Amino acid sequence: MEEFGRSTNAVMRGEVEPGPTMGSSGWDLPSRAIQAVSPIPSTERIYRHRLPVRISHWLNVPFLIILIMSGLQIFNAHPALYWGDQSDRDRALLSIRPMQAEGGDVIGVTTILGHQFETTGVLGYSNGSGRAFPAWATIPRAKWLAMGRQWHLFFAWLFVINGLIFTAYALASRHVTHDLVPSRNDCRSFGKSLRAHLFLKQSGSWHAKGYNVLQKITYTTILLIVAPLIVLTGLAMSPTIDTAVPWLLTVLGGRQAARTIHFITCFAFVGFILIHVIQVIATGFINNICSMVTGWFTVKHVKCTSCSVERHGK
Amino acid sequence: MIPQQQSMKRRQFLKGTVGAASVVALSGCDNLTQSSWFPSILSKAERLTEVVQRAITPRDALAKEYQEVDISTIFPANGNTDPGTVEYAEHVGQKFADWTLEVVGLVKTPRSWSLAALKELPARTQITRHDCVEGWSAIGKWTGAPIGDLMHQVQPLPDARYAVFHCADVDDEGIAYYESMAVADCYHPQTILAYELNDTPLDVPHGAPLRLRFERQLGYKQAKYVMKIELVESLAGIGGGKGGYWEDQGYEWYAGI
Repeated sequence: MEEFGRSTNAVMRGEVEPGPTMGSSGWDLPSRAIQAVSPIPSTERIYRHRLPVRISHWLNVPFLIILIMSGLQIFNAHPALYWGDQSDRDRALLSIRPMQAEGGDVIGVTTILGHQFETTGVLGYSNGSGRAFPAWATIPRAKWLAMGRQWHLFFAWLFVINGLIFTAYALASRHVTHDLVPSRNDCRSFGKSLRAHLFLKQSGSWHAKGYNVLQKITYTTILLIVAPLIVLTGLAMSPTIDTAVPWLLTVLGGRQAARTIHFITCFAFVGFILIHVIQVIATGFINNICSMVTGWFTVKHVKCTSCSVERHGK
Repeated sequence: MIPQQQSMKRRQFLKGTVGAASVVALSGCDNLTQSSWFPSILSKAERLTEVVQRAITPRDALAKEYQEVDISTIFPANGNTDPGTVEYAEHVGQKFADWTLEVVGLVKTPRSWSLAALKELPARTQITRHDCVEGWSAIGKWTGAPIGDLMHQVQPLPDARYAVFHCADVDDEGIAYYESMAVADCYHPQTILAYELNDTPLDVPHGAPLRLRFERQLGYKQAKYVMKIELVESLAGIGGGKGGYWEDQGYEWYAGI
């Protein structure tokens, strides 16, 4: 199997030649516009994502959405978070509850570390119903803890099995060491990559053959820290697992602490997914989707004298 | 500029697609939830969880026991907090002097114990954490009679697979509360019929005079107001047939997570 990011059929031609992945979709039009001013463009197709990675990636799309939304349903049954082993109401780190306002209206109030925020309409009270997260964010939509648990615990198994298979493959195929863990070179380009991201500039390194250093750090953090932590904190909420593996709760800081970390890691996933999807759209949506479906990613080098930005795949 | 217009259109299209997809996905999930076949697939996870958890948990491994200082100042009373029946009110009036616990069904020698007789049996005291299915936890000190000791006296027959706990409380619709566990779990040292919480006799909200403590599972398994333990081969035909009041409403019978 080809190594990730290595050019397999580099087509270094003197003109733009739409590859098979480029149909009449939106992005060939702007490239033609550039063609008029750029004398030496070239495309290169690289095999970027191997099949097991692609399968695992797409399975995670429904798995994570379902886990997050059914998880919010479960959270709604006791919409407060604590540290330690117990849930003393007056020592909550976070709570999202409906409250009676002075005028008699019911409002949604989110309290974070003692600071109160009115969040009516979204958190605490929405659509005439006192509930922490609104109906559009939970599975099922109605308040139904038992059914939320059924969805959550079923898809938790699928998520764990998918994650274990992916991890085993990624380690065996050296996907982790070769493509994901930042190299020494990557670390050197950290500042450059960070500036490029902060100022929303597409630099050459953005769409190079491999991942840039910020991508690598993000994927490695998700794979090696966030995902294992969300599974372990989920397991730590099980009284039977706590009996079988007593040190787990000690390490995590108690049963309610485990629940709090589970919630935080959930929102780490939400943040990751949002940024990930925005980046996918911003850096050539069709090309990115094609590469995650077929494996093949098109890198377009356009050496354009009239514009300083090198365009890739757009 | 043509490229800009194009990207505007694309953005509109994406927005529309993502919005529509989330609406379809959500109502799709609700349709699946309402269907007859999908929840039965979801419930397969319960069996897998039970098999795996039982395999990795030593049979007599104890749930963590805490120190006196860890005891919660308020131990919430959830679910039914008073059976509210005439018979129960009479027992409360008599301070449960006539309360008896029967152990019947697939046993060699069925018998019953008065509350006083249960209190004479060797007692076990444990400070444990109660984890409610809703997500909260509280720590309490329970004293009671190990159910394993009762089992040694009645001697379950080989066919007996489940111990069903019949309780004195009925809900607003008149449905009686009950719970069940595997007979093997009755012999776990921390499985007790508690009559004291934090060194005082159980009060009505917490399940007076007897409540089950089944420490390695969630709060809804900890049946209150226990009157009778019945050993059976199958849970079918008892209540809704799923092994407990909450189980009949869709909660897992195996409440290890």
